[in-house]
Amino acid sequence: MIEPTIYELSQVGRKGVAFPETDVPQFDLPDGFRRESLNLPELSEMDVIRHFTHLSQLNYSIDGGFYPLGSCTMKYNPKINEEMARLPGLANTHPLQPLVTVQGDLYLMYQLQEWLQELSGFNRVTIQPSAGAQGELVGAMIIKKYHQVKNAPLRTKILIPDSAHGTNPATSTMSGFKVVSLPSDERGNVDLEALKAECDDTLAGLMLTNPNTLGLFDENVVHVIQMVHESGGLVYGDGANLNALLGVVRPGDLGFDIMHFNLHKTFSTPHGGGGPGSGPVGVSEALAEYLPSPIVTILEEGDDETPPFFGFYTPKLSIGRMKAFYGHFGVHIRAYTYIAMLGAAGLRDVAQKAVLNANYLMAKIKQDYPLPYDRTCMHEFVVEGAWEDIPDIHALDIAKRLMDYGFHPPTNYFPLIVHEALMIEPTETESMQTLDAFATAMKAIAREAREEPSVLQTAPHNTPVHRCDEVKAARDLVLCCWMPE
Amino acid sequence: MFTPHTPQEIEEMLKVIGVETIEELFDKVPENFRFPELDIPDGLSEMAIASELKEIASANATTDDFISFLGAGAYNHYIPAAVDMILRRGEFHTAYTPYQPEVSQGTLQAIFEFQSLMTELTGMDVSNASHYDGATATAEAANLAYHFFRGKRKKIVVSRSVHPHYRETLRTYMQGLENAQVLGDEPAAGVSSDLNKLLALVDKETALVIVQYPDFFGRIIDYTKLIEAAHSQGTLVAFVFNPTALGLLKPPGDFDVDIAIGDGQPLGIPLSYGGPYLGIFTIKDRYVRKLAGRLVGETVDEAGERAYVLTLTAREQHIRREKSTSNICTNQGLMALAATLYLSLLGKAGFKQVAELCYQKAHYAADQISKVEGYELAFPKTPFFHEFVVTTPKPVSTINAHLQEHWIFGGYDLSQDYPEMKNKMLIAVTEKISRQDIDDLVAVLQEADHD
Repeated sequence: MIEPTIYELSQVGRKGVAFPETDVPQFDLPDGFRRESLNLPELSEMDVIRHFTHLSQLNYSIDGGFYPLGSCTMKYNPKINEEMARLPGLANTHPLQPLVTVQGDLYLMYQLQEWLQELSGFNRVTIQPSAGAQGELVGAMIIKKYHQVKNAPLRTKILIPDSAHGTNPATSTMSGFKVVSLPSDERGNVDLEALKAECDDTLAGLMLTNPNTLGLFDENVVHVIQMVHESGGLVYGDGANLNALLGVVRPGDLGFDIMHFNLHKTFSTPHGGGGPGSGPVGVSEALAEYLPSPIVTILEEGDDETPPFFGFYTPKLSIGRMKAFYGHFGVHIRAYTYIAMLGAAGLRDVAQKAVLNANYLMAKIKQDYPLPYDRTCMHEFVVEGAWEDIPDIHALDIAKRLMDYGFHPPTNYFPLIVHEALMIEPTETESMQTLDAFATAMKAIAREAREEPSVLQTAPHNTPVHRCDEVKAARDLVLCCWMPE
Repeated sequence: MFTPHTPQEIEEMLKVIGVETIEELFDKVPENFRFPELDIPDGLSEMAIASELKEIASANATTDDFISFLGAGAYNHYIPAAVDMILRRGEFHTAYTPYQPEVSQGTLQAIFEFQSLMTELTGMDVSNASHYDGATATAEAANLAYHFFRGKRKKIVVSRSVHPHYRETLRTYMQGLENAQVLGDEPAAGVSSDLNKLLALVDKETALVIVQYPDFFGRIIDYTKLIEAAHSQGTLVAFVFNPTALGLLKPPGDFDVDIAIGDGQPLGIPLSYGGPYLGIFTIKDRYVRKLAGRLVGETVDEAGERAYVLTLTAREQHIRREKSTSNICTNQGLMALAATLYLSLLGKAGFKQVAELCYQKAHYAADQISKVEGYELAFPKTPFFHEFVVTTPKPVSTINAHLQEHWIFGGYDLSQDYPEMKNKMLIAVTEKISRQDIDDLVAVLQEADHD
C-alpha cells in the first residue's frame, strides 16, 4: 500500500492557506540576498488533510491497541492533558515576557518541581532537560563537576550494569568518562563481587536503573549504593522504570544522589512518534547547586492576601544551560494535569496495577516461553523469544507475527544479556481482558512456531507493508523524496 | 481513573500469580522505605482540574491579549487550524519511535517528508529527523565537528551574535569533550558586523565556526569571505538559521556551509513559554555517518513495494553504546510533524508570502520607530529580516513597563545578555502584526518620550 509523497501530490499553482495582503508600503530586499527558488509542494488544504490522515492510518498507536513495548511505558495518554496544554492562556505565552505576566506558567512549573521532589525523595528538581537522554547528560555532568570541585579530577570511571540502556554508556562517553561494564548475577542483580573490585579512587559513579531492564528490583540496592558512596562515588538513578515505584519507594530515600524522570513514560505525556519528551532531574541536597540554570523559584514569599512572586535563579555551581529557555513547558502542563488528577493515592495505584499486570501476564505466558529470571517482576519482564528445539525461529519472528494478531510487538533483542530477548511492559492502563487476549496470541504463536514455522518467518501478513529491506536502505541511501524540477 | 481493574478481576489475577495481596509483589523493596506517605493533594476530577488550570492560565497575560514585539528565538506566527487537527490524531501522538516499520509507515513517511522539506528549505544535502531545539542542535553541530576531526581540532569559534542561550548550551555540552575550547564570543569581541576579529581566530586547530543567519539581532550579513577563509584552513562552518527567513533569503547551501541548524518553532509550533520546539539539523552528504539522531530512508518491502525504515542505526547509542558520539534517543517527532504540516499547507506561495509580510512589516516598523525623537536604529546600514535593534532614550525596562500599560509587549531588552548593549531593544515583527499595531506602538513611544 503506497501513499504518494507530498511532492508527488503537488500540482503547480495550487494553494493551501491564504494570508492577507500587505498593509504597509513596499520595502525592497537589497540585491544579492534574495533566493532564486524554493521548491515547496503546492497542495490544497484538503489534499494535506487527506494525505496525513492516510499516513496516520498506517500507524499502530496506543489509542489503537495494546503496545507492550518494554521500558517505554506505553500507558494511556489522557485526553484532558491535550486540552490543557492548548489553553490559550498557557500556549500563547512568549518565553521572554515580563515575569509579572507569566506568573501562571511559573506557578505551574514550580508546583511540578515540588511534586517531583516529593515523589522521588530528592532535595531539588530541574524541569529543564528535553528528554531522558538529556537528563542523563545533566546527571553525568553533575558527577563530573562535583569531583572537579572536590578536587578529585582523577575520578573518571563510570560503572554501568550490562543490562543498562545504550543511552547510559553513550552519555558517560559524551561527558568525558571512561565506561566500565558491570555483570549481573544469576538473580539479575548487580554482581557485588564485580562491583567491589571496581570501587577504588578512580570511581566517579555508578549509573543504575532500578528496577532494571529485566524488570527486577535489585535485592541489594541499598548495599550497592553504600559501597559506591564509601569509595567516594556518586550514584545516578536512571528513572526510565519509575512507573513501578510511584508511591512505593522514593529513590532519594534509598540513597540515590541523582535521577532523571521521563515525563513521557511515567507521567502519561504522549510519546509523539518519537518526542517531544521531557527529562527532569532530581538531586540530593549536596548537589542542589550543580543543577542546570535557570530553575523556577519563589522570588518573594506571599501572604494571606498576595500570592508568592515566582521567577528564576541560577544555582551557584551550575553545570550551565541545557537548552534555550526553560524546558518543554507544553509537556510540563500535561504531567502537572496527570499528577493533580491522580493525587498521592492514585499515583500509588499506578505502580501497584502496573506491577500486578506484569506479574499476571508473566504467569500467563511463562509455560510457553523460557523465562531466564523466574522471580517476581516489577512493571515489566523479559522472556526468551526462542526455543532450543526450533533453532530457526527467532524473537524477531515472534515480534512480527504478533502484528498479525493486532498487537504491537514487545521490545526485542534488549536487554543484551538475555538471549533473543522479548521485553514486555503491559502498563497499568490495560485490562485483564486485553492481557488475556495477548497471552492467547502468544500461546498461539508458540504453537505455530512448532507446527507451521514459515507463518512466523514470513510474518507480518496483515500490515500495510511487509518486512522491509533494511540493508538496501543503508546501502543505497535515499533520505529525501523525489522532487519535481 | 486510568486503571480499569475491578475488585473481582484483581482477586482473579492475584490467584493466577499465586499471591494473596498486591503488596506482596513489592517484598523486595526495603521495608523501612516501602509505601511512604506522600505530601501530594488528593486527586481531582477532570472537571475540577480543567477549572483549576483555567484559573492558573488566567494569572498570565498572553500574546493574544497584548500586541507582542518579542522575538529573540521564539516567534509569534499564525498557525493554520489544520496543523493541530492532524497533530491531535492519536495514531500520530500516541505512537512511539518507529522501531517496527511494518506498523509505523505513517510516522516514517512523515519524517521522510520532513527531511525532504528541510533539505529543500536549507539547500543542504541531508536532514535528520530532528533535535530538541536550536540550542542543542548547535551544540551537536560542534560535537559533530569535534568528532569529524577525531578530537584533533579542539577549537570551536562562535560569533557573539549567535543566540545567547545557544552559546550557553554549546559551552555546557563542550565540557564533556577533552580539551575542547569555545571562543570568539567574549564581550570584547563585540557585535559589529565586521567579521575580521572572528576570522583572526580561525586556524588549523579550529574544528568549526558558528555564525547566525540572520543573526541574533536580525541582521543579514554576507559571510562569504569568512566561509572561504575557514575552508582554506580545513575548518567546517555552521549556520544557525531562522526558517522563516529562508522563504526570502538565499539558503545556507548556497554559501557552501557544512552544517545548517536552526529552531523550527516558527513553522507551526506554538510559543508555549519556550518549548517544546524543534531542532533542525542539516548537513552536506560527506558528514552523514557522523550525524547524530535518527534518519529515515526509503527502501522496499518483501513484495517490492516502496517502504520507509530507520536507517544507519549503527551510528546510534542503542547499538554503539559507549562508542557512539551522541546519546540522543527520543527527539521531537511530533514537532517535526507540525513543521511538515505547516510547510505543506502554506506551500510554495504561502510560505514566501509569510516571509515577505514579515520583511515588509518589520521595515515599516523600523522606519516609523526611527522617526520618533530619541529612537534610532542601532545598525542602520546593515540589512535585516524581521528583527532589528533600536537604541532607546531610556532603559528598555522603563519603556517596556510603560508599553505594558498600553497592552503592548515591547522588544527584548538586550542588556540582559549583553552588558555593553544598554538602552538597546530587539524588536521582532511577524505577519500577525498589523500596520495599526505598529502605529499604536509608535504613538505610545512618542507619548513615553514626553513623560
